[in-house]
Amino acid sequence: MPTAKIRVKRFNPEKDRKPYWADYEVPYEPFDRVLDALHYIKWNVDGTLAVRRSCAHGICGSDALLINGVNRLACKILVKDIGTTISVEPLRGLPVIKDLVVNMEPFFDKYKQVKPWLINDDPTPEKERPQSPEQRELFDDGTKCILCAACTTSCPVYWTTGEYIGPAAIVNAHRFIFDSRDQGGQERLAILAEKSGAFRCRTVFNCTDACPQGIEVTKRVQEVKRAITVGGI
Amino acid sequence: MQATRARPAGRGWEWFCWLYMRISAVVMIGLVLGHLYFMHIVNSTDTISHEFVSQRLATPFWRIYDLVILLFAMSHGVIGTRGIIEDYVRKPGLRRGLQWTLYVLSAAFTIAGIYVLVAFQPGQLSR
Ligand code: HEM
Ligand code: FES
Repeated sequence: MPTAKIRVKRFNPEKDRKPYWADYEVPYEPFDRVLDALHYIKWNVDGTLAVRRSCAHGICGSDALLINGVNRLACKILVKDIGTTISVEPLRGLPVIKDLVVNMEPFFDKYKQVKPWLINDDPTPEKERPQSPEQRELFDDGTKCILCAACTTSCPVYWTTGEYIGPAAIVNAHRFIFDSRDQGGQERLAILAEKSGAFRCRTVFNCTDACPQGIEVTKRVQEVKRAITVGGI
Repeated sequence: MQATRARPAGRGWEWFCWLYMRISAVVMIGLVLGHLYFMHIVNSTDTISHEFVSQRLATPFWRIYDLVILLFAMSHGVIGTRGIIEDYVRKPGLRRGLQWTLYVLSAAFTIAGIYVLVAFQPGQLSR
């Protein structure tokens, strides 16, 4: 079986003064993912390695990591596709709890700021609230978000002071702003127009590249800026 | 959708700065290309002299042209740099200090630029 060198950025706040690189030789099959390599290390080499995952199949959004310098889900990327030396680091811009596990709270705090739930004061209809395929199409992309934080933590504006609300929160606001059944669009646009909001975006496109769900994140952010600028919501 | 909807929400200061960066950028592309064409293609910077500058600034057109470039470039640069300070400086005191330094310095440069353009007397050698 071929082996790959997996370089993991490790940090134990109870022992280490700063993070360090640990190298592991890991045998891999052609169908093994980076997550399998991390499992191999944890289960066979060093059980103290902290890594978070849940579904292991790209749905829960638990294992977004900085892999060879780009944000990817460890459970969605094959070892054979990215070479025999692979660096794995925790997401940037969020506090490291241990090794590859970051504290997601600051990320979810931003998410909550955009009121990511249906706002509709009309009396609840007897059946469903109908919507045409065209109306659905306007916000469909954003519904694919799994809140893994890969986009927000790939954004250089988010890294700097952490003030920026970040692309994930904007995409999730977009998902409701452009939903014909929702009435909180103006309210959310006002939140996204604040100093911490969408106008901090510099169109870097890291977010679009990072999204494991293939959401056109930058485009969605631009649509929010356009809605504020020319209206139409 | 809401019944009361005068204008889209969120058109505040941050929005204005963002939009102004883009508007000034588009305007400057035109102005800078015109400037390059006139100064480097029609004329040459190798032959630039006091006389040439004097002649150029004798026409109100070029004075106003240069004034507009000056105002757009300085305001665009200040708003852009303000944004970079917002991005990178965490400490509120330092942030304010740096931003005010930026505003005071650029105001001084802008006033100096305006002074040169307005007060310049064609055909008259200073000193
Ligand atoms: C034709 C000339 C110019 C064009 C087309 C242009 C275009 C732009 C645009 C579109 C942005 C916004 C980028 C973003 O927010 O994503 C920008 C930012 C900026 N510009 Fe200009 N610009 C020009 C000249 C200048 C000049 C002369 C200065 C300095 C006096 C300047 C300083 C800046 C700064 C400091 C930023 C902020 C950069 C950032 O936010 O990362 N620009 N420029
Ligand atoms: S472990 Fe659930 S998305 Fe990868």
